[in-house]
Amino acid sequence: MEKHIQLPLTEELAKTLHAGDSVYLTGTIYTSRDAGHKRMCEALARGEQLPFDPTDATIYYVGPTPAKPGQVIGSAGPTTSGRMDAYAPTMMSVGARGMIGKGARLPEVVDAMKQYSGVYFGAIGGAGALLAKCIKKCELIAYEDLGAEALRKLYVEDMPLVVIIDSQGNNLYEDGRKAYLAGRQS
Amino acid sequence: MREIQAQQITDVVEKLCIEANQYLPEDVQEAIRGCRACEDWDIAQGVLDKIIDNFEIARQENVPICQDTGMACVFLEIGQDVHIVGGNLAEAVDEGVRRGYDKGYLRKSVVKDPVRRGNTGDNTPAMLYTEIVPGEQIKVTVGPKGFGSENMSAIRMFKPSHGLQGIKDFILETVEAAGPNPCPPIVVGVGIGGTFDKAALLAKKALMRPIDSSHPDPFYADLEKEMLQKINELGIGPQGFGGKTTAIGLNIETMPTHIAGMPCAVNINCHVTRHKTEVI
Repeated sequence: MEKHIQLPLTEELAKTLHAGDSVYLTGTIYTSRDAGHKRMCEALARGEQLPFDPTDATIYYVGPTPAKPGQVIGSAGPTTSGRMDAYAPTMMSVGARGMIGKGARLPEVVDAMKQYSGVYFGAIGGAGALLAKCIKKCELIAYEDLGAEALRKLYVEDMPLVVIIDSQGNNLYEDGRKAYLAGRQS
Repeated sequence: MREIQAQQITDVVEKLCIEANQYLPEDVQEAIRGCRACEDWDIAQGVLDKIIDNFEIARQENVPICQDTGMACVFLEIGQDVHIVGGNLAEAVDEGVRRGYDKGYLRKSVVKDPVRRGNTGDNTPAMLYTEIVPGEQIKVTVGPKGFGSENMSAIRMFKPSHGLQGIKDFILETVEAAGPNPCPPIVVGVGIGGTFDKAALLAKKALMRPIDSSHPDPFYADLEKEMLQKINELGIGPQGFGGKTTAIGLNIETMPTHIAGMPCAVNINCHVTRHKTEVI
């Protein structure tokens, strides 16, 4: 099913999304990957605030290339989400609900998604030039020293995504493959 | 004896870093288009269409195909009648990488220590391999390697008694374990033989070979075809959403090995399998 959705990702909105849905996302999202997540979770452990309000926020696991003159951002496709599995439940526990990346997640992450009504979206891995087209604004907000891994606030319009794991724990990686193999045999 | 200036090597490496990251090799483009034409699963067709759009945008707008512009793997085949003058070879290559990644607006993805981390800020050092060959030229190949796929690669030291079946199972097992993580459709490089380290290098070199080429030995050429077909029966599909197209190519490189062993390395690459070569 094809859906156009407007952020923030409230609990109500999250529950309407199902694994396999093709989604066009519009609104504000935040970028973070390995080093940024480590730093944010360390900050939370010390009782500090995050550099952005995590309530109903969506985090894009991406480290873009530098913008050329005239560009909003360089190529910006997803990185492998599994490396953020150690941090994702903590991020969801403070309100961050959406995750954009690619690749498999651990059962602990799926459990946290069910608990907090989280949604895991897939962007096409390796399609960095195409995905950059839907990023209309980019602002560096924290951890500048991390270079490509710094925290950025993005405004995206109609970002093409697929719901991989929904808030009920349904998983397109499992169901899509099963359906294809079953369809091929029938 | 022919003299080649270190500066020339720097210039070529700089240029190849940029071009390899912006233009997908023809053989890879053709393989993706061919798979799109054969793909009959709806969601898989949509993904392949976007992958084709993506590499076309990158070519037209001179931007990186993927944001993971990789570690710069640099292979030099240096003619034995060449004398490099005016600088240190490894420094000349790193300077080329430094300039290419700066001028090409490529991402700096290298940390200076594997455990303590810390970005080097210029994507150096290159992963440099040199080979001395006959002649008086230098053949330079730059293959930027992303780590989403590199992380899903594997090596195993087989007993000879495991035989061909052991290798076949290992290739499928590695692709299965990789699942959606390495951005399928993937290219698979397999290295069989040599020592622990040589097998891994052979697998990497297999990824630098055009995917429309075959191993010169018909035994391994048939194995390449068979394993590509078996991988595409797994149903993982583009991005792991299900479908026929899990891999667009599989190359095998081999060499002699010890009587006691049969090393096998599987190096996985994504659909953005990049490499560019120039001869000085």
